[in-house]
Order: sequence, then C-alpha cells, then structure tokens
Amino acid sequence: MNHVANIDRRSFVASAAALGGGFALGFEIPFGGSGVARAQDRPPEINAWVVIRPDDSVAIRIARAEMGQGTLTGLAQLVAEELECDWSKVTADHPTPGQNVARKRVWGDFSTTGSRGIRESNEYVRKGGAAARMMLVQAAANAWKVPAAECTAENSVITHKPSGRTTSYGNVAEAAAKLEPPTDVTLKDPKDWKIAGKPLKRLDTPDKLTGKAPYSIDVRLPGMLYAAVKACPVHGGKVKSFDAAKIAGNKGVKHVVQVGESAVGVVADSWWQAKTALEALPIAWDEGENAKVTSASIGEVLKAGLDAEQAFVGNQKGDAKAAIAGAAKKVEAIYGYPYQAHACMEPLNATALYTADKCEVWTGSQNAEAALAATSEASGLPVAKCDVHKFLLGGGFGRRGRTDYVTQAVLIAKQVPGTPVKLLWSREEDMTQDTYHPITQCRLTGAFDANGNLTGLHMRISGQSILATLAPARLQNGRDPATFQGLNPGGTEGVFGYDIPNLLIDHAMRNPHVTPGFWRGVNNNQNAIYLESFVDELAEAAGQDPLEFRRKLMAKYPKHLAVLNAVAEKIGWGQPAPQGVYRGLAQQMAYGSYVAAAAEISVTGGNERDETVARGTKGAAESSVTSGNKIKIHRIVAATDPGHAVNPAQIERQVAGSMVYGLTALFKGGCTVKDGRIEQQNFDSYDIMRIAEMPKVETIIMPSGGFWGGVGEPTICVAAPAVLNAYFAATGQRIRSVPLRDHNISFA
Amino acid sequence: MARLKVNGRAHDVDVDPETPLLWVLRDTLGLLGTKYGCGIAQCGACTVHIDGAPRRSCALPVSAVADKHITTIEGLGRNGPLHPVQQAWLDLDVPQCGYCQSGMIMAVAALLEEKPHPSDAEIDAAITNICRCGTYQRIRAAIHAAAGRRVSGARLP
Repeated sequence: MNHVANIDRRSFVASAAALGGGFALGFEIPFGGSGVARAQDRPPEINAWVVIRPDDSVAIRIARAEMGQGTLTGLAQLVAEELECDWSKVTADHPTPGQNVARKRVWGDFSTTGSRGIRESNEYVRKGGAAARMMLVQAAANAWKVPAAECTAENSVITHKPSGRTTSYGNVAEAAAKLEPPTDVTLKDPKDWKIAGKPLKRLDTPDKLTGKAPYSIDVRLPGMLYAAVKACPVHGGKVKSFDAAKIAGNKGVKHVVQVGESAVGVVADSWWQAKTALEALPIAWDEGENAKVTSASIGEVLKAGLDAEQAFVGNQKGDAKAAIAGAAKKVEAIYGYPYQAHACMEPLNATALYTADKCEVWTGSQNAEAALAATSEASGLPVAKCDVHKFLLGGGFGRRGRTDYVTQAVLIAKQVPGTPVKLLWSREEDMTQDTYHPITQCRLTGAFDANGNLTGLHMRISGQSILATLAPARLQNGRDPATFQGLNPGGTEGVFGYDIPNLLIDHAMRNPHVTPGFWRGVNNNQNAIYLESFVDELAEAAGQDPLEFRRKLMAKYPKHLAVLNAVAEKIGWGQPAPQGVYRGLAQQMAYGSYVAAAAEISVTGGNERDETVARGTKGAAESSVTSGNKIKIHRIVAATDPGHAVNPAQIERQVAGSMVYGLTALFKGGCTVKDGRIEQQNFDSYDIMRIAEMPKVETIIMPSGGFWGGVGEPTICVAAPAVLNAYFAATGQRIRSVPLRDHNISFA
Repeated sequence: MARLKVNGRAHDVDVDPETPLLWVLRDTLGLLGTKYGCGIAQCGACTVHIDGAPRRSCALPVSAVADKHITTIEGLGRNGPLHPVQQAWLDLDVPQCGYCQSGMIMAVAALLEEKPHPSDAEIDAAITNICRCGTYQRIRAAIHAAAGRRVSGARLP
C-alpha cells in the first residue's frame, strides 16, 4: 500500500512541479463532456463550472487564484456570458486542488502565474458555461416536450418561442444535471458579448470593505496554536544548533522545533509570544562560504560575464559582431538591475493540521496544486489524504507561486500532531527569505554605417537565471529561455519589436546564491529598461527623434507600433510640452500583450554628490551623475493591446497599479547583499510608493482581437524606461542602474 | 489583565501589557479585519481609531490604550449598513487584493472627521498607508467622493 501511495505522491508532485513551470500541459481539459467525473453534490451541479440553486442563484467555480488582479470576476464573466445567466445572481466558488485530483483534474490548471489566468483557460471555461446552458435548455424542452431548437435562453430564463412559455434556470437545474453533457459546443463571437467585455464591478469587493474578506492569515481553528519561524539568512545555509532551554519558560511557548535543515520555529499560544520568543532564541547557523558574498562581489562576477566567451543565444540574425567591428560609428553602454523583494502586503503564512492519516492546509497560493504536492511531500501522506483550502491572497506578485512556506507549516504541524498550527512569517522573515527579482547587468553595443543607418545590435546579458534555481528541468541545454522575455525572435509571448539587420542577444549565466524568483513582470522589467533606454541612446547618437527613430525600425511589427503610436499621440508627442516638462516613451511585448508608455516629468535640481551604493548593478562604463534631483511625474499614458478585453475596468486598474509596482522598483526598490544575506528587512529600508507620489495614469485599452494576451503583468516594464527616457530629455543625464535612490534622485 | 473598549464593547484580556494592540484584536478578540503588514508602524495596514484618531496598532502596546475607545473596521459601519467611506469604496470598486484596505479606510475615515473636504495636498500628507497593488488613483477619487456625500454622525463614540 505504501508503495502505491508513494507512486501516487511522486507522480503528482512531478506533474505539479511541471505545472508551476507553466509549460503546455499534457492533459485534455474537459468542459463537462461525457466521461468526466460528476460530483453528486446538491444543489445541482450542472457541470464542473456551474451550480444552479432552486432560487436561480448561480455559483461559478473558479480554479485560478484571486490576488487582486481580478481574474475571479473576469473568469466568472466568461462563464456567465455563455451560460446566459443573470449576472446579479452570480457568486464565485472555489474548488480545492484535492477535489481536482479526485475528479481527474476537471478544472484543469490551478496555477496563476505569468498573467495566464484568463488567457489560457478562457476557452474551456466558456465551453463549460455554454455546455451548462445547452443542458438547461434541453431540460426545459424535455419538460415541455418540444425540440430544444425552439427554445432560447437569456438572463437565466428559458423561453419556448412558439408557445411563449417560460421557465427559470432554477426550475430545471435538477433535471439538467441528470442529462448527458453535449459533445459539440459552439462559442459566441466576442463581438456579441453582453457580460464579458463589459466594465463590470468586481464580485469580491463588498467583503474587502468591512474586514470580512477571508485571507489565510485570518484562519482560526479550534485549539489552534501559532508559529513563528526563522530560516538561515544566508540562503543555502543550515541550522547548526539552537538553545531551546533559553526560551522554554517563556509565557505561552509550547514547542521549539527544527523545521527542515534550514529553519527553527517556535509554537506558542499566540503569534506575538511565538515571535518574541523566537527573537530571544540563540541559533547558530552553518552559513557556509556564501556568508562572504556582497553586492560588490556579485557585481564583479556579473561584470566578468559581460566579456565571457560562452553565452546562451536568445535571438540572432545576421552577424552582429562583424557589423559592430566594421561600424563607422559605435555606441556602447552598460546597464544594471538589482534584486527586488515582492513584499506582498500579507506576509506569507499557512495553517496546517496533521494527523497520522490526514493533512490539511489552509493558505493563499498562486498554485494550489503545487501547494497540495508540497503538503503531501512534507507530510509523507499520499495526495488523496491531503488537501489545501484556498483563500484570497493579500498580494502574490509571483511569490505565492512558491510553496516553501507551505512545506514549513506542514513540517511544524507534523511535530504537533492533532493540533492546527498557523505559521506566519514576520515581515522581516518575508523580506529575508524572499525569492528575489534576479540581478543582471547588460552591455548593449550598437553599430551605425557611414550613412547613419543602424546596422547592428549586440545585447549581452550577464546574470542570474530564475529557472536554473527554481526549475532546472525547464532549462534548454542549460539555456534559460525566460531570460529573453520581450526579446524573442518569434512566438506568442514576447517578440522583439525592432527590425535590425544584424542582431545578437545572448546571456552569460551567472548565478549567485541568493534565491531568485518570478517577480511580477519577471525578466521583462530589466529587459525593457535595457533595450528601451538604449534605443533612445541610439536615437540620440543618430540625431533623431526617439519616436521617429523607433518607427523606422518597427514597420514589420505593426501591433508593437500601434500601442507606441497610441501613447505618443495621447501624450502630445511632437507638440510642445508645458514649460519645464519633458517626455519619454517605451514599448515592449510581454505575456502575449503589446504595451507602451509615455511619461511627462519635470525635474528640480540639487547639487548633492552622487553617493551611489555598490549594488552589483552599476556598470563599469556608467559615468557619475550629479544628483539630488527630484522628479515630478505629471502624467503617464499607458496602452495595452491584450487581444481581447474581458473587463476593461479591471484592465484599467491593473495598468494603473502596475505603474506603481514598476515605479516603486525604479525609485525606491533594490535589495543589497552583505555578509551573504539580504540587508533590507522591512518597509523602513525597502520603501514603497505612497499616494503622494502617485502620478496620473491614463490608460488606453486597444484590443485588436484574434489572440489572448495577459493583463496583470505586461505594463509594469514600460513604466521605468519611459520615465528614464524623460529624465534624459530633461537633464541630459542617462541613468543606467536602478534604483534611482542610488543616484540620490527621488520623487518630488 | 487589561480592560479594552472595542467597538463599544468592553473586554477583559489576559495578555502581556507590552503586546501590541494589533495582536490582541486579532488573536485574542478574533477581530480579524485589522491586518498585520510590517510591525513597525510603516505600512498602516493595522490602522484603527483610538478615541477617534488614526493609530497604527502594530506598534502600540495594549497597556497604552486601556480605557480608551478603540474602533476597528468591524465597528466602522456600525451605525448603518456602510460608512460613507466604505460606500465610496464600493461605488468606485477600489480594492484589488484588498489586504491594505481596512487600514486605508480607517485612515481615510479619520481624515474626513478632521477635514471634511480635504485637498489633494491634505490627502497626500495624511494618507501614508502602503497599497502594494497600487490602488492610489481610485483611493484619491473615492476620498473626494466620500467627502461629497459624507453624513453626520458616522463617527463612533
């Protein structure tokens, strides 16, 4: 039995790990067709996606995680559109990953990363809604003994046209649930949408105004204890010893436990007791060689990579090196981008209850199936004896796609069998044990011929690979394809939008010990800064307007160009700006969407000396800049073409919010390494933009149809380069490393 | 033993006097709408009203608030279905992840008691809570909307 259980666990763990990677999935996603397991629950489940109660209320099942991005509402709109139900009667319901496993993965993928929630599940959730509608109509037709083709459905009411008879979904739901699901389902043309495509309000707002919205930090179970944890601050280090006796007598302290190889936890009657006792607990770490690493030493390693012979190629055309060698004019610059912490407002947490034959977890996860796999792995119980109960996420941004905090909660609970334990990371732990936006440098070299034509570009990235650490199985012969987000020669995710005769984009992989992770927007963030800042440098060298220079290179990329033109027009590019106001722009393709931004800023001067901190990102060629300057961002115009716009109101909010994420990283972010550990511990040293610094964001949503692009992440990456290019226009100073606080530049 | 007056009700709690009010509200009294974000009074997710004034409860020892009137998000709409600030938040569909919004709403409700029609500059000075989703643009619009429709008597004792 154990053997069987282990195979079950291992195979699921492997498949969940692959899921976390976001590769195409090797299973067929059903939409309620025959052969799909049907739940026997009441009120009637029409199919996996739709439950209709006798009072006509509709529960739509949502598999993806809601962390603020609005996917819950958007997915419900897509189901409701095809279901033809009354939107005012819709609520959302959240199946667990354990239920998904038990029902042969009827809900498909739970993972909610890479801006994939809607774009990758839109077809099967719409088919789920359409199939349910067909079954409801058939049930009514059966009752009336008329052909279903004579019946129509609208707003949860079925009408038999010839006789004028009507009935409601609630009346026929039970009969519909017993029918065989249809095998042939046709979806509406998006131009006929009535619920999808509309700027509807979110379904989850009311409870978020009264404190009732359930986040996993709010879980309370009978007899529950609270845990605080501290892992070795040098990633990869281990616990050497700890002196539990020192805190054993502290009020409320129940257990002091080792958590895996790298962490120690204190379990107490309250979290405050656990946290304060943990702070008083003497712990000796085996930090290893990595304790010597600093930002400066990482910077040296990355700098060496800029000249390395060996590099993985991401995009190649013609012979860029020859074009550069033979150039009449050469332009070169080195850029850098630092570590960044996710800093979700809700610190990571999970509650676990372990018994000899069952393990349950309550947590907010961007990948509940991976959390289930982690629960099974840490508890040693088969998947069938585990489950993960889902909650709203108080921010995710990629961090909650990891399951390290779930593993810790289970490892602690396993040492307190029968007692539920809520593990909550302190903010300090959350910032010390993050999986950080990876650190890179980039040297860009451009070649012009004697006539001033751009003939070549070499973009050498040196630095950290996320996949090498988090998902090595997804490397392609050692190459990390995710490094080249937005720089790819083709595909549907992030195509390089310039036509340059000789092009080479390559990556010298250098992996410091600090754990990297997927950080909202991921590698688009630095790639857009590197490329879009340097394209401005090339335009400057060519003596051309940055927009006109781009337009000439973008003729073969009309969708890239369309969003760029849209922001340029709305910001008033080519027309005089107000006195003292300067403009910059940037474009990128990210997560299948085409995005651009244009910023209007003014700069007020200071004369303080540049006190640049060595973050490992400052390029060797970067000149020292006079700083003390303050930037006022008057406006940012941002445009996105996501193909289809399921909820324009939510897209507008994602775009506005993404500017805050991108500009916070630009102005205030950046994590530094000293003695092998991340120095920033809390918001006093890792500050976040406040309302006073919020620019006016004007959003242009221009869906051109025919494809499905993401929304939550794409626009972040164009915020920073648009502002940096405007800063150059204002000051003549080219800032090539992030954050601006390293250059003593701040918000006005 | 400390006596706390929270949302008009008295509670006797047996906690270390140094325990921050936040953890007494959450873990002892089960009032979970007030959130933990930083523990050092930087982010404002834990904002409550102490005798009507906005305070960050994560760095406020419970011993400092005995016999004071404490209002949490659960007590804000007590005089009606929704406080005007909550109503404006609903009308403008402000939250994204929503985690910071309890603290944000408490901070704004206190601001409007002080300044019924705050200017943008007054909003900038008074509202320093962190929203990592970046809902600031709609927060500002909702503050102005709430100022326009604010009703008297919303303040709790």
